[in-house]
Amino acid sequence: MNSEVAAFFSPGDFLAILPEMVIAGMACLLLLVDIAVPRTKKCVVPALAVLSVAVAAWFSYELAGSGVSAFSGMFVLDGYSDFFKLIFYIVAVFAILVSLRYIRTEEIDLGEYYVLLLFSLSGMMIMASGTDLLTIYLGLELASLPVYALVGFLQKSRKSNEAAMKYIILGAFSSAILLYGISLIYGLTGTTQLAAISAALVTGDVNGPLFTLAVIMLVAGFGFKVAGFPFHMWAPDAYEGAPTPITAFMAAGPKAAAFAVIMRVFLEGLYPAYDSWQMAIAAVAVGSMVVGNITAILQTSIKRMLAFSSVGHAGYALLGLVAGSEEGMASVMFYLFVYAFMNLGIFGIVIMMRKDSQSGDQISHYTGLGKSNRLTALAMLIFLFSLAGIPPTAGFIAKFYVFMALINKGMVGLAVIAALMSAVAAYYYIRIVMLMYMREPEKEFALASSRGLLCVLIIALAAVVALGVYPGYFIDLARYAAFPL
Amino acid sequence: MPDTAILLEVLVIVVKVSVICGILFGLPLPLTWLERKVAGHIQVRLGPWRVGPHGVLQPFADMVKLLIKEDIVPDRADKFLFKLAPLLSMIPAFLVFVAIPFGEKFAIPFIGNEITLYISDMNVGILYILAIGGLGIYGMILGGWASNSKYSLLGGLRSSAQMISYEVSMSFAAIGVVMLTDSLNLLEMVRSQSGSFLDWNIFYLPVGPVWFVIFMISALAEINRIPFDLPEDEGTLAAGFHTEYSGMRFSFFMLAEYVAMVTIAVLTVVMFLGGWNPPLDISIFHLVPPIFWFLGKVVLFIYFFMWLRFTLPRYRYDQLMAIGWKVLIPLSLVTILVTGLMKI
Amino acid sequence: MEKLFFLMFAAVAIASGLAVVTVRNPVHSALALIVCLIQVAALFVLLRSPFLAAVQIFIYVGAVMVLFLFVVLILDMRKAVLQAFPPVKKRFVVGVILVLSAQMVAFVFLTPMGLGPAQGWEPTVESIGRVLFTKYLFPFEVVSVILLAALVAAIVIAKERQ
Repeated sequence: MNSEVAAFFSPGDFLAILPEMVIAGMACLLLLVDIAVPRTKKCVVPALAVLSVAVAAWFSYELAGSGVSAFSGMFVLDGYSDFFKLIFYIVAVFAILVSLRYIRTEEIDLGEYYVLLLFSLSGMMIMASGTDLLTIYLGLELASLPVYALVGFLQKSRKSNEAAMKYIILGAFSSAILLYGISLIYGLTGTTQLAAISAALVTGDVNGPLFTLAVIMLVAGFGFKVAGFPFHMWAPDAYEGAPTPITAFMAAGPKAAAFAVIMRVFLEGLYPAYDSWQMAIAAVAVGSMVVGNITAILQTSIKRMLAFSSVGHAGYALLGLVAGSEEGMASVMFYLFVYAFMNLGIFGIVIMMRKDSQSGDQISHYTGLGKSNRLTALAMLIFLFSLAGIPPTAGFIAKFYVFMALINKGMVGLAVIAALMSAVAAYYYIRIVMLMYMREPEKEFALASSRGLLCVLIIALAAVVALGVYPGYFIDLARYAAFPL
Repeated sequence: MPDTAILLEVLVIVVKVSVICGILFGLPLPLTWLERKVAGHIQVRLGPWRVGPHGVLQPFADMVKLLIKEDIVPDRADKFLFKLAPLLSMIPAFLVFVAIPFGEKFAIPFIGNEITLYISDMNVGILYILAIGGLGIYGMILGGWASNSKYSLLGGLRSSAQMISYEVSMSFAAIGVVMLTDSLNLLEMVRSQSGSFLDWNIFYLPVGPVWFVIFMISALAEINRIPFDLPEDEGTLAAGFHTEYSGMRFSFFMLAEYVAMVTIAVLTVVMFLGGWNPPLDISIFHLVPPIFWFLGKVVLFIYFFMWLRFTLPRYRYDQLMAIGWKVLIPLSLVTILVTGLMKI
Repeated sequence: MEKLFFLMFAAVAIASGLAVVTVRNPVHSALALIVCLIQVAALFVLLRSPFLAAVQIFIYVGAVMVLFLFVVLILDMRKAVLQAFPPVKKRFVVGVILVLSAQMVAFVFLTPMGLGPAQGWEPTVESIGRVLFTKYLFPFEVVSVILLAALVAAIVIAKERQ
């Protein structure tokens, strides 16, 4: 390697992106494998996909804690990115496992399904590790583009097509807004690197109206990606139309990645300008909690209801960012970790309800589930309690730490609003519990369980209970992983 | 008051531009005659014969005909675009010549002033030519759409699909030549090929001839010449995108087509055949002014295109797409790899 | 002189940009977008970046817009032509947009622009290539993965399944 090139990167830099390379490389390879294997042996593709995630996870584990900054400060391997990558690996593996049977039922079992999931995963990983607005933006696009296609994967369903259409148009729009914000930041500070932006904000005089405009653009662009109010309009339609495993993936994976990026950008790059973005984020957070939870009450479709509930959850998580402390950051990270399990779990049950002609996506379809299928209903109950934030589930602990972070920073008002909204949310979660246990079933339930799906449900259930009873280790892990402010 | 040197420079540019425009406007006259003569002789007949000796005045008669013909704008056509389209097709064809070099410096006899035989020496010459040349397609698509006629619309759609497909492999060929000569500048390209004909890019073994073939085929498709003239396939589409045009507007399309043919011939000579460099580096050949070598090669290629036109049958549309996407593009990718390896 | 050219290109770019969304006929819209993109290329020339200008025309005007037009021509647009723009019921939206854009313009003019043009860096083909493959190698490679993913996604969506 000649000296000019060596000034910009070393072989060690390529070692740092090894997990990303494994995932993206395997995605390319799977495209070919999919053509090579006969139709009867299609399970090779998901098996290889899970294997590649495992290999990437192992590399990440080996590299963890090295704290390398690679490619002239565009990519970093710190505890923060490792924590998020852990979430992504779990979400990706779960999404693959719950898809196995579902995509055969829907007759969409193409190898490209898993390939696109892996591409999206690699994008999310780049988002978590990006320390330059350029890499962050590219990671965001790489994570979203495959999901646009996955949402529209049910070619015969008009709803799926409509969902993909809405999602891609609004997604492109929000990317444009985000890019405009990034370009303004670049114009004002002369750099796209977060650390350098932070330095420029401290030394230079950039706090003009144009900077405010840039912050608004960034909040709007990222707000769309996490489906926060008032940028959440796409979420119900996209969540409802998408194949259910993809809905679960979207709500847990790309959303967590967007949070990883938001916290990195606002707490590392724009932290010196905390005062100018705090109010905007707080407004989005409160709006999401109120609108998400109240609209969720009115829904009859369970996927739409969960979509609005995920808008509400995005609001809680954003509150941790508003706190603007390391504790707040750790609370958001823990929240997303827990949310991944409970979200995948509840969607796993929704997927189970989809069999043959039974669509299982209306809330009324769950009437009397508790009488005929006790274990399934019990699992559903625990996931619902966790989403509502009822102790001793993990959902309670997650919310609790977010509120603690707020109160420690003296933002009691926000904490009170959040607590009130949890009470509202409990209403529609518990309504389903009532339906399951207090009514007689109208007909026999046919459940589409499979080994992969059961595996996911058991792990998610164990995690939700265990994290609720004994959260200490993962709380400490999140605290340790949060980057210093 | 700007000083005289600048004024002179501006004057020189204005003169160059007018000379080139004049030549280009007059170009169809000899070329149509030549084309019909070549056609005639290949098909063992005489071709134009009546107007003037050997029919040389035939193009003038045609010109008069086109000028006094009724200018028809179809009913319910998009009038604005219908009138704009011929210009959209003609202007890019002319703009390309801003970047095309015809030779190095040239001393004007009796004055002793040196002038350059190009209008602008662009750093990104080849890219400019490909980019601007590609715009001519809008004339075809919009003309086809604005005519409000099935044949025209289908012709326009065909041409856009065809040009998009072949622009890829043509650009790859250009990239290949850029890799061989290390420059995007057309003058540099010619300079790097000086010496005998073995130094020409076409003889840059093993990739040179491959690039030449790729460029030739995709260029033929780009300028809609037989065997790739699907957009104006008489058998199925009447006259394609210009079915509804008549008179002067029609002649603008024809003009653009001939100019594009000359452009491609010139580009081929510059990129692959050493430009104005004589085939052998011997003193007798250097006595001939370089411009004659250049124009000689260009005329040779124009003749080659005409020869092809009356020799080869037309491809079917699916064959056209298959050649573009399944043969030329993979071939160019492999050749880029080989070229890159050779340049390490 | 340069300022005059800048104002000319910028004005035409904005006017044609507006025309893209206000003109009723989709073909005219596409044409306006082409004009807009060409103006942007002209602005690149003013910024001494002929390479970017040529690439802008080559990719956006020469390829992307042709495909746009191709699709637009296949669609039946008699309905689109008849629709009024802006939609009659939502005229107040136009007012909101106008206020917001006025605010944005005000923001831009209220901020002192501190940073001058970049010094000591010529945007030639060579230097662009050099930074792309050294400083920006990682984003460059990520872009290639994005393009591949987009290609796969597009094929999956568009392909007929049996």
